[in-house]
Amino acid sequence: MSEVELLNWLRSTGLHISIAIFVIGLVFRVVQNLLIGADKNLAAPRGSKMGPGLATIVRRSFFHPHMTYRGYFTLIAGYLFHLGFLITLFFLSQHIILFESILGFGWPALPPAVIDVTAILGIAALIAVLIHRLIDPVLKQISDYQDYLAWVLTMFPLATGFLLMHPMGASYSVVLSLHILSFELLIIAIPFTKLSHMLSIFISRWYNGAMAGYKGIKQ
Amino acid sequence: MSSKSERATQVLVEQIDAPIASYFTSCVHCGMCADACLFYNETGDPRYTPIYKLKPMRKVWQQEFTLMGRLMKMLGLSKPITDEELKEWETLVYDGCTLCGKCSTVCPMGNDLVYMLRKMREGMVAAGYAPDGLKGAMTRAINLGSPMGVTLKTLQAQITRTEKETGLTIPIDVKGAEYMLLLSSAEIAQFYEIIGAAARIFKQAGVSWTLCSEAFEGTNTGIQIGASDLAAELIERIVAGAEKLKVKAVISPECGHAYTALRWEGPNLIGRPYPFKVIHILELLEELRLQGKLKTKGMEEQRLTFHDPCQLVRRGGVIDPPRNLLKQVASNFVEMTEHGMHNWCCGGGGGVSANERAHPLKAKVFDVKKRQLDELSVTTIVTACSNCRNMLDEGLEDHNMDIEVVSLTETIAEHLDES
Ligand code: SF4
Ligand code: SF4
Repeated sequence: MSEVELLNWLRSTGLHISIAIFVIGLVFRVVQNLLIGADKNLAAPRGSKMGPGLATIVRRSFFHPHMTYRGYFTLIAGYLFHLGFLITLFFLSQHIILFESILGFGWPALPPAVIDVTAILGIAALIAVLIHRLIDPVLKQISDYQDYLAWVLTMFPLATGFLLMHPMGASYSVVLSLHILSFELLIIAIPFTKLSHMLSIFISRWYNGAMAGYKGIKQ
Repeated sequence: MSSKSERATQVLVEQIDAPIASYFTSCVHCGMCADACLFYNETGDPRYTPIYKLKPMRKVWQQEFTLMGRLMKMLGLSKPITDEELKEWETLVYDGCTLCGKCSTVCPMGNDLVYMLRKMREGMVAAGYAPDGLKGAMTRAINLGSPMGVTLKTLQAQITRTEKETGLTIPIDVKGAEYMLLLSSAEIAQFYEIIGAAARIFKQAGVSWTLCSEAFEGTNTGIQIGASDLAAELIERIVAGAEKLKVKAVISPECGHAYTALRWEGPNLIGRPYPFKVIHILELLEELRLQGKLKTKGMEEQRLTFHDPCQLVRRGGVIDPPRNLLKQVASNFVEMTEHGMHNWCCGGGGGVSANERAHPLKAKVFDVKKRQLDELSVTTIVTACSNCRNMLDEGLEDHNMDIEVVSLTETIAEHLDES
């Protein structure tokens, strides 16, 4: 397979396969969890489940007053990373062209200079959380191989993408192939790793809030 | 894998339900739950991070419920849980956790960590990994009807004493009474004044009530050690007593875990709803207050605060009633900075108080309570759990702090306007 053929394969068939694995895998993972089921609660309720469940989905996104430095660092770096990553993913003009070819519609892009900022933000935040993970005693204690695997998988598309926008001598088509490949690897990995939190976070928050709501615990 | 760790694995698999699978799936290993845990905060030992305490259960979940985990297991890259691991985790899960539930309020993924820890204990105890102190309490609860070995005789003696002191008749085994009052063993043995306090309040408010000679103890070591079958047996005794006396409601005593056991876990433990209502004594007092039937006079004027029993407040939802009640009889009531949902545990919940091995650690984690109290400079702590009372008394004594610990129900009774 020549360089160009590889690139074309990655851009079409490869992309379609990885998106299929990502979507089906992630939905399957979450549904599989739900299907384990939970016993019906036989205790007389004091409150409702739905409202507090939904409210918890929203509320756990905020800072709370009793946080320590670890909490602030995690949330701030976490927000910066997610924002940087998602804005870069969804608002770079080249990405939008790709989305348009799949979805049939597009949206306005952000200027490259802005995307530069968001990409650097994403990369910087990601480096910060890695350093934090390596030096914080709690994080050192609880981290396993998946935490580092997920980090590498997330960093790769960001770094190669940045290289594409700021060529540093490497062959454009090789870097582009690596960029697309790394993105595909990332989304393929999501359903099988902790990265599935992107969907299961809603379920977890809902369960927690719903159980508290059932007991009438005002948060 | 030995038969013990196999047994633990088997029980843990049974415990993993949809919420737990979702929680493990969501965890991003951010470590924020550590900061909510008094054991991590006071010792600085990262092994007390709530999600780390769940590691063996997480392993079972990975190996049995996820593709990656199964693959790793097949390739020999991840090993089944071992006896050594369970032995080590016994001290983390029992000695280093009071099931206070503060961790469940902070996880950015929404993970209800204490729900998982409670279920993890099922696997631990099924394989024999539970502290001797707690096992002893469990045996006494099943054989003698009380984790402290308090018997009906003791209760009868306290009833006689109360009747002499108050001049009231303490009703026992009265069929058709509206409410059946439960007590905790510590109340019967040490804080018997609560019986007289309840009797006087109920008399003034015209509440028809009774004690039951076959079901007077409300605590439940089963939910603390994590043995659902034994927990269910204790609940069945209360249900049988309540059904026999045909009461409309059972009053849960001033004890946090008794409330969680009876109010929230009980029907699920026995597999059927109750034919009666369960109400915490503070909820009942609050109802009486709102109906204007709780007439008091005079005020406590000293600076005082309320210590929230975790199972009653954060896990039980009885947050406002104690505050409303206290305000009726106290003019100088101040809150700790972190109170209500965010309160710090006394350090002795979840069976820690019955587990002698954990007592040095328990004394250490009391430091957070000490700091909270130092900030306020109060002379009295009011609370609504006899276990918290004992833990606070011990901690205060250790630190030579001159603060009185009292029950909310008794405080109300002292101000009862009986004229
Ligand atoms: S706070 Fe939640 S997501 Fe973070 S480590 Fe603890 S359980 Fe996992
Ligand atoms: S329930 Fe309380 S003591 Fe147990 S891990 Fe959570 S915060 Fe720590």
